[in-house]
Amino acid sequence: MTLLSITNLSLAIHRFDILHDVTLSVDAGEIVAVTGESGSGKSMTALAAMQLLPKGTQARGHIMLGDQDLLALPESELCAIRGNDIGMVFQEPMTALNPVQTIGHQVAETIRIHDKTVSRQAAAKRAAETLERVGLPNDRFPLTRYPHELSGGQRQRVVIAMAIALRPRLLIADEPTTALDVTTQAQILDLLKSLARDDGMGLLMITHDLAVVADMADRIIVMRKGEIVEQGQTQSLLRTMRHPYTQMLFAASNHSVALPKAPPPQPLLTVENVSRDYALPRRTLFGKPGRFRAVDNVSFTLQRGERLGLVGESGCGKSTLTRALLGLEPVQSGSITLDGTAVFSGTKPNLDVRRKMQVVFQDPFGSFNPRHRVDRLISEPFHLLPAPPSGSARTDAIADALIAVGLSPDDATKYIHEFSGGQRQRIAIARALIIRPDLILFDEAVSALDVSVRAQILDLLAELCSAYDLTYLFISHDLTVVRTITDRVLVMKSGQIVEQGATAEVFDQPQHPYTQKLLAAAPRLPDL
Amino acid sequence: MNRNLILGALLTSVFLLSALVSFVWTPFSHTAMDIPNKLQGVGGAHLLGTDHFGRDILSMIMVGARTSIAVALVAVGIGMGLGVPLGLWAAAKRGSLVDEIIMRGNDLVFAFPSLVIAILITAIFGASAINAIIAIGIFNIPVFARITRGAALSLWEREFILAARVAGKSAARISVEHILPNVTNLLIVQGTIQFSLGILAEAGLSYVGLGAQPPTPSWGRMLADAQTMVSIAPHMALVPGFAIILTVLGLNLMGDGLRDALDPRLRVTRK
Amino acid sequence: MICTPTFGLMIRYLLKRLLSLCISLAVASLVIFTVIEIAPGDPASFMLGMNAQPETLAALRSELGLDVSKPARYLAWVGGLLQGDFGTSYTYRTPVSDMIAARLWVSMPLALYALGLSTLIAFPAGIYAAARRGKAGDVGVMGATQLGVAVPNFWFAMILVLIFAINLRWFAAGGFVGWEQGVLTGLHALTLPAIALALPQAAILARVMRSALLDVLGEDYMRTARAKGLTERQALWRHGLRNALIPVLTIIGLQFSFLLAGSIIIEQVFYLPGLGRLVFQSISARDLIVVESVVMLLVFSVILVNFLVDLAYAAVDPRLRARA
Repeated sequence: MTLLSITNLSLAIHRFDILHDVTLSVDAGEIVAVTGESGSGKSMTALAAMQLLPKGTQARGHIMLGDQDLLALPESELCAIRGNDIGMVFQEPMTALNPVQTIGHQVAETIRIHDKTVSRQAAAKRAAETLERVGLPNDRFPLTRYPHELSGGQRQRVVIAMAIALRPRLLIADEPTTALDVTTQAQILDLLKSLARDDGMGLLMITHDLAVVADMADRIIVMRKGEIVEQGQTQSLLRTMRHPYTQMLFAASNHSVALPKAPPPQPLLTVENVSRDYALPRRTLFGKPGRFRAVDNVSFTLQRGERLGLVGESGCGKSTLTRALLGLEPVQSGSITLDGTAVFSGTKPNLDVRRKMQVVFQDPFGSFNPRHRVDRLISEPFHLLPAPPSGSARTDAIADALIAVGLSPDDATKYIHEFSGGQRQRIAIARALIIRPDLILFDEAVSALDVSVRAQILDLLAELCSAYDLTYLFISHDLTVVRTITDRVLVMKSGQIVEQGATAEVFDQPQHPYTQKLLAAAPRLPDL
Repeated sequence: MNRNLILGALLTSVFLLSALVSFVWTPFSHTAMDIPNKLQGVGGAHLLGTDHFGRDILSMIMVGARTSIAVALVAVGIGMGLGVPLGLWAAAKRGSLVDEIIMRGNDLVFAFPSLVIAILITAIFGASAINAIIAIGIFNIPVFARITRGAALSLWEREFILAARVAGKSAARISVEHILPNVTNLLIVQGTIQFSLGILAEAGLSYVGLGAQPPTPSWGRMLADAQTMVSIAPHMALVPGFAIILTVLGLNLMGDGLRDALDPRLRVTRK
Repeated sequence: MICTPTFGLMIRYLLKRLLSLCISLAVASLVIFTVIEIAPGDPASFMLGMNAQPETLAALRSELGLDVSKPARYLAWVGGLLQGDFGTSYTYRTPVSDMIAARLWVSMPLALYALGLSTLIAFPAGIYAAARRGKAGDVGVMGATQLGVAVPNFWFAMILVLIFAINLRWFAAGGFVGWEQGVLTGLHALTLPAIALALPQAAILARVMRSALLDVLGEDYMRTARAKGLTERQALWRHGLRNALIPVLTIIGLQFSFLLAGSIIIEQVFYLPGLGRLVFQSISARDLIVVESVVMLLVFSVILVNFLVDLAYAAVDPRLRARA
């Protein structure tokens, strides 16, 4: 039975076309996944089904929920449908809940807003039942909790509880697990799946992650630039992949690079018994503030010419470790040496060591000063040199770095906002390369990129490490990426390294239970 | 172009121009008394009328603008000159004792409204335009320190600052090279707002006799003179009042306009 | 509702704020005392005039407590303040606390009246403008507030007197008969001054309210609320308002200090026997102990209001209680 049927939907905001002739349907009890890269219009499709589009959006076509055309309904009737017939789950659980209201109140609100006759107590009771159903038992998560007292995964469960409190016919989930860790992601996906199966609810799921799609959906819809390029049953679509874009997307998601062979081991970076503590806020009135050990007695060696991966979930201490390696924060105990020299001399970072080490950050939009031109941006590490090049030597160095990352020397005079996300990440790499370091740290450097762009950047990294004799430390939560770009991998949990070994071995035969859990939770693309 | 900016700039330049012109020319001498022609209404030989001594109000307004500008501008200068470095310093040392001391000091100064500072200064040194400048200037310091620190704190979390630290730059150098240019827009906008608040404050202080003293002309004092005359010569109150309102309105509109014009939303919105 | 760890943190938050209140007051009193000490001249000789006998002078100096060291005088002053003893006026030879108490009964009600009016006007105006953003209603309200922000309150007071007292004769042009004549009579006399004080502040507050609401409207949880089936208006009232209140509270706290300072100026327009009159008389009479006490009182009330605002934050925002 068709629950939601969208036919020939076109959207425009002001004069920009957002969606073009989109036609899709969701049956009761069916899980339909809409996938595509950023700008494909997949989120807009979800918001259109909810009729929560930005102001000034013009829509043509039909969005039929049962026999009602949502596009033709007045706002008051849409309000009666939202939350009652259609529920929605959003991407950012950290901001999706009202910070000043309790979770019980927020779940109960869904119930009371649609049926005023329900008493406060009855609504609270049903809210408690719903929270229980999404895996937040009342003895541990009473209704009086505030959102800030919950983790990201727990908050997402609250959002789901709000969406399903009235057992809607259709649930729309917009990137529901993108902001979550893999193990949490697996739990949330299981929850969504079982809710759809148990209640016979239609689930329209928006996600950029093909592995999630393949794992979960009955049917797949692939979008690009506001149009549907291909749709079909999951199995047959993955088998045939008629459209070149679908093929490209699939290939890019599974992209593997050819790394040059690592040279014989010769230690470059040595980390010995490093620990780093933070003070915690006090938990009680006069209690002593606790200390949180973010990095706990970590030791490892990075060989020259090696590509080492550091994986772990959020809060495992990998960011703290990265900052310590870069000499940005002092450590409480242990030593970090590069080429035999300590990263810290006393309490101050040693600039001679820093010169041999550069970093590429995650956020292609935040890692550049918007007021400087590219030449100034990428030449900033020259500050580390005792005698920085000037005049034509400087210009040449800048041009070389830009060419090395696949950009043009003319780009030197542009501002950062003139570049796309992928290009910015190339500029960040150029900035790291310009003083010819031995070691480059990649801190989630490809995590914010679309899969097709990510594949290109990974190719670039493989090329560069052989051309410039580079050593990489690749910090990431993304197991697929780490698997292809590294020779060896460290697995970090609660500040400790729980497992290390050759990448292929660790991935194929994980020894530590945590590594096993992590790998089992990661959605994988089917081998075809 | 945005309308606020144009209208605001227009009003502000009228006020600036009249102050400048007053150095070389005013319709009459602003001190010349002409008792037979006292309390003339608007629109005669004296365009904006005369006061109870027969002085030309337009001339007094023009010369008074100089006092207003001087006081408000220097007070903004004091506030920026001390507040911005303090804010940058506090942000660079965020979480440390220095930060704590600067911020608590700010709170303390905030507890002294500029009128209270003026009262204290006047009680000791007597009233003058200089004292008004100091009083308003001191009040401006925590305003600038706070907004600078607030904006700088969020910048310090950004990855481009991390990149500069990786490039081995010192906190002071990063503050000047990366933080300051990125808070300039904010400071320009706040500066315009404080300028307009300074003009209001100066008028208030002169009105109660804590600001400019005779013979220095000032809009606030013109209003004080007008108070007893308000029923027989309302123009004596209306004209300086409108001068203040239009000037402050102009500066505020310009501030709003600048805020929009200087915020190009360089950062492409993230997904 | 209150589980123990949270309650403990709330107490902690309270104690921390209370401590910072005390430190602020101590430092402020020290600053004020030092500044006044810089003032040239000896109050005793000023009071007695040029031809005073040395013995009389010495007697007066010891009566005023001027014959001990400066730190001792500071401690004596602060100790007195804590017991409500503000010292003796140099000119009137009466307890300063009595003089201030009488004036406070005019200034404080005036500031509170104005604060109430300002909030009462600003909240609906700001909410209305935010709800109709971009439409004619919004443009109208914003234009009016833009003008309101630019109006000097004492000038506005003069215009109010001209219209409502001199021409329409609805109110007296000035003066204050005292609360003995009844609360309503007293409030009636304070109405024009309160309006003059409140309107420019209301303009500022309305603008803050509007922009705070507009910021909140862009938050993810507002979209979540709409997805639950709340209408735009319901989402604004149930989820938007309380979150928008956080920046608005800051401004209300700041406004109180402006209102207090403003009321001192406005008292001049309406010839009200408030703290303003007292302080200006004392300045010209060089009665510095009165100036010192009034200034301390004004600063105290500003610091106290900021403390109350901090408490209000904690009531509005549960995250703050936890962070402490």
